[in-house]
Formats: sequence, structure tokens, C-alpha cells
Amino acid sequence: MFVLIVGCGRVGSAIATSMMEEGHEVSVLDEDAEAIALLDRGHENSWEERGGQFTEGTALEIDALLAAGIDRADAFVASTDGDNTNLVIAQVAKRRFEVERVVVRVLDPARARWYAEQGLQTVCPTQTAIELLEAAVRGQIRFEGVAG
Amino acid sequence: MYVVIVGAGKVGWNLARELINKRHEVTVIEADAHRYAVVEQELEHSAMYGDGSELWVLERSGIERADLVVAVTGDDEGNVLISQVAREKYGVARVVARCNNPRNLQHFELLGVRPAISATDLILRLIEHEVPKYGLVHLLDLPEERLEIIELEVGDGSPAAGRAVKDLGLPDGSLVISILREGGGFVPTGDSVIEPGDEVLVVLDVGIESRVTELFTARTAA
Repeated sequence: MFVLIVGCGRVGSAIATSMMEEGHEVSVLDEDAEAIALLDRGHENSWEERGGQFTEGTALEIDALLAAGIDRADAFVASTDGDNTNLVIAQVAKRRFEVERVVVRVLDPARARWYAEQGLQTVCPTQTAIELLEAAVRGQIRFEGVAG
Repeated sequence: MYVVIVGAGKVGWNLARELINKRHEVTVIEADAHRYAVVEQELEHSAMYGDGSELWVLERSGIERADLVVAVTGDDEGNVLISQVAREKYGVARVVARCNNPRNLQHFELLGVRPAISATDLILRLIEHEVPKYGLVHLLDLPEERLEIIELEVGDGSPAAGRAVKDLGLPDGSLVISILREGGGFVPTGDSVIEPGDEVLVVLDVGIESRVTELFTARTAA
């Protein structure tokens, strides 16, 4: 499938790299041209040599989303560092470009919950951390090394 | 009427003041601590500190009983989402949002946020709907930039009629930015000739308005 990832920080770049390794076609959009370094890190060949696409541009600009291939995306990941940006572009991907699978990172648990009720697939790292930490405090689970 | 305003910038603050003067109940939410401190000195308990994008902040402002929510932060994504939750989650009957960048208007429309107001859009609407009765309409004042934009109607006897823009003798600090003619408009060059019946938009430095208007006003009428 063709995966478009908007926001190439730790999260976005890690998803992009794994999807590429699984054999998917991956396009990444970020407003910072330097962000591509995260995709090259730990690899001998650059992201583009490995077949990846990288577009520098602002997520809210339709032209940038089109250049990154949103009109043929099967999956869309909104993983910029801003909840507001993520929530707007995820809805643009879903409603305007009718991308079949849209996932969006939302740090604020309350908004993650409400938008999930409206039909968006929200992932809330804050809520996940709260639940895991609470379970660990109660002794219900025990982590060896890094959890998750 | 109870009004929640998100964003205490120039627009939000002035709007809050006007509405309070008209005896409405107002809460204005501001996310910047410094700005909040300034605004709170005047508006006191009507000012509230917090990020209006966060649901708990909106809830603490009493959004559920608001008759009107106005989202006028400098952040378009914030404005569109605040409007969306105001209407869809909290059932607010009237929502007005500011769109800072007209290119983002399409996102407001996509998410059903109406009316979204952009300054550009507003000027266009004034041009389309408010036929100037006095030959001159003050469209926009930009006091910080020390500029204003005025609209002038070119009457039959106007000394400007039949002249090219470059021959008008416009004072320094003024510029014709568009000519509206027969329902359309265009950005003129120095060679564009002004015709009777035109409406001309001029941007100018504060204080030279009379020197500009006299170039367009028929002497007999003056």
C-alpha cells in the first residue's frame, strides 16, 4: 500500500522506516527539510535511494499534500508535533481526499477521546502512558527495560 | 447574551470591550500569560487564562451555556477546531471564526465552520454589498502600520475621470491598488485610465486622505 506520513519527528520517521522495510511505498511530508536526516539515520543508503519519497512543505497547504501524493494514499498518518495541525489534516485526509485509513496522534486525552467518538482513529500517547504506568504502579504488569 | 471569545489579541480584546459595553456577559480566553496579564487589568473577571484549544479550558469558561463563541486566535488550526467542538460537542448555536490566512478558508468550509471571517474576505464583501453613498468608504484602518485603505467613487465630473493613474498627481505615500468596474476589478498599472463610474481603492499613509480625495472629487460638489 501507499502510506503518507505527515510530520517526520521521532514517531513519524520510525513508522516510515518500518513501513518501508515491510515493503510498502512510503511518502513523508515535513516543513523542515532537515527532518529527512531521521530517515537516513542508521542506513547506508539515503531514504530516497531506498525508494522513499520526501516532500518539504506545510501540512495545511493542499498543494504540499498533493505533491506528497495524498490523492493516491491508502493510509495517512498525522504525526506532527501539534495536536491542532494533526486534527485538521486528518479530517482533510478523510473528508476531502477520502483516504481509507487515517490515523492521528493527539496528545490531549480529552480531545483524542472526543474525536475518536466522531470516527477518527486517534492514538493518544499520553493516555497510553497513563494506563501503563498505573498498571505498573499497581504491580499488575512489570516492565523489564523499555516498555511498549 | 453570553459570549465566549477565544484569543485576546487586537480583535478579541476590542470585541470583548464592545460587548461588555453593550451589557453582554463575556469571557475572553487567552493562552499567553503576559498578554493575559495586560488584558485582565482592564477586563478583570471577564478575562481567563488558558489554552482555548483544550476542552477543559473551554468547559471552565462555561461554553455549554454560551450563546455565541468567537474563535479569533492567531492560529487557524486552533480557530477551526475550537469552532468545531463548540458547535458539535457543546451545541453552541452561533459560532464565528477568524481565518488569518485566506488559503485556509477551504479547511473551515470542509469542517463546516461558518462563518469564517478573513480580513480579505471582509473587504471583498464590503466592496460587493455596501454601495458607497458618500463617494468614499473607509474600508480598513491599520493604525499600527499607519496605513489606511479607502474606496473612492469616480463621478461624472470627477477630475480623475479620463486620466491615467500615473497622471493623477497622487501624493507620495498613496497608491491605487485596484479599480472596480462593471462588477469586476483589476489591479491597474500607471497607464490604466480611470473612467466615470469606477470605484477606486487607494492605500495611503495616515493623514493624507484629503489630498487624495480632492483629486477624485468634482470641484462643483466640493
